[in-house]
Amino acid sequence: MKSVVIVGAGIAGIEAAAKLTKSGVKVFLVEKEKEIGGHLRQWDRLFPTQENAQKVLEDIIDGLDNRAEVLKNVTVQHVEKKGDKFEITLTNNRSLTTDAVLMATGFDTFNARRKEEYGYGIYDNVITSTELEEMFKTERVLCTNGKAPERVAFVHCVGSRDAKVGNRYCSKVCCVTAVKQASEVKQLYPEAEVYNFYMDLRMFDRKFEDMYHEAQTSCGVQFVRGRLSEAAETKDGRLQIKAEDTLLGKPLKLTVDMLVLMTGMEPCSSGVALAKKLKIEQGSDRFFNGQNAYNLRNFTSTQGLFLAGTCTGPKTIPETLADARAAAAEVLSYLTK
Amino acid sequence: MSSKFGYTKLDSGTVNLDNANFDVAKKVAQQERSFTYCIACGSCTATCSAGNFTEYNLRKIQLMVRRGEVEPLRETITRCMLCGKCQMVCPKGVSTRNVVLQISKLLKQPVAKEQLTDKLHPTDDRKI
Repeated sequence: MKSVVIVGAGIAGIEAAAKLTKSGVKVFLVEKEKEIGGHLRQWDRLFPTQENAQKVLEDIIDGLDNRAEVLKNVTVQHVEKKGDKFEITLTNNRSLTTDAVLMATGFDTFNARRKEEYGYGIYDNVITSTELEEMFKTERVLCTNGKAPERVAFVHCVGSRDAKVGNRYCSKVCCVTAVKQASEVKQLYPEAEVYNFYMDLRMFDRKFEDMYHEAQTSCGVQFVRGRLSEAAETKDGRLQIKAEDTLLGKPLKLTVDMLVLMTGMEPCSSGVALAKKLKIEQGSDRFFNGQNAYNLRNFTSTQGLFLAGTCTGPKTIPETLADARAAAAEVLSYLTK
Repeated sequence: MSSKFGYTKLDSGTVNLDNANFDVAKKVAQQERSFTYCIACGSCTATCSAGNFTEYNLRKIQLMVRRGEVEPLRETITRCMLCGKCQMVCPKGVSTRNVVLQISKLLKQPVAKEQLTDKLHPTDDRKI
């Protein structure tokens, strides 16, 4: 039986594993965390149709059958191609010999502390989009003093489109996530004032423009075109933020109870370390390059070594799943040729 | 003729790109390449000390230069104190202080330090 190691059991790795096992391939699914599911595990509801994230994740995981061997809490310590085979040693000292390797190492969320001027980790009530999502899950979106926020601001592009932190690229999913989360805050607290500070609103996919329309109309979210220069704590422990309202052409300040930073994606650091060992080419954004950016996106220059999911750049969930299936199909044709 | 009947002709407020003068924009871009990086996010204006008290708006100034609208900038450009906060917050790494310096030079306007010394010398003999 042909076999493959998939590195990373986020949704890309799981989806590819499910498709490959269905075609009779033995899959070793290697995950560094103690649970599979990746970043999706932290999410409450998903754009664009407010689907329950955990339900979607369960459905994806249900695709796995017993031919997939899931190895949790381990990482790849050593990997080497010998002839047509890949020889892999895991951190639990287990050795595997497989016919192919699929990298599905995904992304890390940008560390918001690196944008010190926004006060994450310095002031109370400056949180990340991921943390807000976890609050939605518990249905308790509250300030540290236990009170409901009366005014909330969302900051787009935190760690994205920012040369100062070395990330010039757009993380693609944060704009629509901010629109989704701002609407959800308004649904939870109709009396609250919610502001989104954006540079450009990238509502690129189906139903996204409708979400923006709903946010502005029925939800009453205010959109300000301007990037925050800084946040500071006021005497009474609230947060004063500064931006330019670039459409008005005037500097603007606003005091809020909660500041939500839309943190972007960076290529997973442990994935990058492994990619370097495998001589996978990286772009200037550090995400992995396939053989080209079009029809050969899932191929590397090494025969039998493939790429899937957000390791090749920020993607939405449907895009990640489609990319994983495409990669699985390419792995399968490679193994059966 | 029209004035005879009490009418006056209004100047068009349209930015006419067909007849615009892009010399300043081209020269600033040559002297400071990062001038072309701006994505008009407004972070510079948000943090600007001059902009908090006057109509000074660095995002707009850069855009006006790019559109060839340089004449209204002759007075405005002198308001910058070159404190450099804009440069710290710029996500694109625009060297904003040099952009202001280059625009000032091309418009033959004094830059902050020159203004300061010009003002201090007549009334104050102490060396600064």
